[in-house]
Amino acid sequence: MPSSPSPAGATRNPFTQVETAAVGVSVEHLSKNFGSLQVLKDVTFSVEPGEIFVLMGPSGSGKSVLLKHIVGLELPTSGRVTVDGKDASSEATREQVRMALVFQSGALFNSLSVYDNLALYPREHQITDEAGIREKVMHALKILSLDGVDQKSPSDLSGGMKKRVAIARALVMEPQLMLYDEPTSELDPVTSATISEIIATLKQEYHVTTIVVSHDRELALNISDRVGILMDGALISLGPPSDLKAPTDPHIAEFLYPKIDLQHPRFKNLETTP
Amino acid sequence: MKQLNNILEGFGSTWLLLVRSLSYTATLPRQFGRFVEQCYLIGYTTLPIVAILSFFIGSVLALQAGRSMQDFGTQQFIGSLVGLSMARELGPVMVAILLAGRVGSAIAAELASMKVYQEVDALETMNIPPARMLVLPRLAAVLVMMPVLTIIGDLVGWFGGAIVAKYTKIISIEPESYFAVLRHYTHFNDVINGLMKAELFGFVVVLVCCNIGLNTRGGPREIGASVTRAVVVSLILILVLDYFVTQVLT
Repeated sequence: MPSSPSPAGATRNPFTQVETAAVGVSVEHLSKNFGSLQVLKDVTFSVEPGEIFVLMGPSGSGKSVLLKHIVGLELPTSGRVTVDGKDASSEATREQVRMALVFQSGALFNSLSVYDNLALYPREHQITDEAGIREKVMHALKILSLDGVDQKSPSDLSGGMKKRVAIARALVMEPQLMLYDEPTSELDPVTSATISEIIATLKQEYHVTTIVVSHDRELALNISDRVGILMDGALISLGPPSDLKAPTDPHIAEFLYPKIDLQHPRFKNLETTP
Repeated sequence: MKQLNNILEGFGSTWLLLVRSLSYTATLPRQFGRFVEQCYLIGYTTLPIVAILSFFIGSVLALQAGRSMQDFGTQQFIGSLVGLSMARELGPVMVAILLAGRVGSAIAAELASMKVYQEVDALETMNIPPARMLVLPRLAAVLVMMPVLTIIGDLVGWFGGAIVAKYTKIISIEPESYFAVLRHYTHFNDVINGLMKAELFGFVVVLVCCNIGLNTRGGPREIGASVTRAVVVSLILILVLDYFVTQVLT
């Protein structure tokens, strides 16, 4: 792995060792409606180049939809999202800025082997010859401690390995912006911690701008530079991770530190009768 | 009103997919592997069922027509009836219907599954257009394989008719006489007309099935719904197009 840290705002590519500029992301007054349902409500924030930004919120709060706007998979109803100053919904932006999204499910191609999953991007974009592609793929697998799985089918892998393969596939793209959608969901605490470490290491080593969508408090506390909290489609908090330790907003406190109260009225209907 | 909207939306998105796919035609040579794989799936795996069905369609045609023609003493012309029917109509239409049922459903299921499990989104974030990687090789393959399947279907159908014509007592026509009449009345243009129809039907079936698969939204249950929709829309389009193309070609 490359060791020399890059200057702020630059990414030292893990494969070519060439420095490319890390990119910033700006979300301005973003709203999104699906029919009559408003999923995002006037969301505004920015992410600095080289920063790890964690976006938290309960299920259904619009986190993944927001992520899809940043990579251009969804179009805003109103407002604007820019990546490196360019409109994120434009196809040209995807050609100019290398963005990699690690999906919650991994979204690996089950018809291809792990090796071919990783090789797809450089092959399709004719980045280098087959020997160069092999070097990139094996290097990415090594970084993610996935030696020996290259010929396996994604369906033969565990949940944690699938996530790591998805990260490796993103890494082969040599991204300037990495986005993770719930990278630690459905994983045991040890594997979650490993994934968190990987995200932090990749940012530290390669200075990649990173946006993580999660409802994992430990991940946000441990690896983020800043945390935003999205509830019911609105960004209700934005600040350093230390803010999460003693939240003043009762909704945020309830989300981050839920208390189990068996006397709560909602549990009454769960009583079983013989 | 909602259904009309859906029809117009489907029509528009299909055209858009066609234009997008064709804009990547220059990338076909480096997608040769995918093209060959699709030729295998569309052509080779469909061939046995095309052969079986065509044989029996030709046979039934000869049998049904033979009985009626015998009443008028014209059974010696049965070769012309089977030859023209298979070449101009039944060959291309039956092959297209089989394509919709066997290949179209598989395409819709595969692409719908890729869409539901976010593999298509993953391609887009990698800046790999699905139209280039998933649609174009299939369109190219169907253009190559449809004429091949149709010609084989025609030949097997003619052969089936010849066997029935010889071994059915009320017809009893020797293959030499059957094929002589068939050759006399079935012209090269008739076969070409059939092949043109087959090309159009096959292309439309694959395009529509790709579009419906790629526009699947929702969960796994929608995969099944997309497959059903793809096959039904394909069958309707084959028959509607058949009428208009026949009007133009005759």
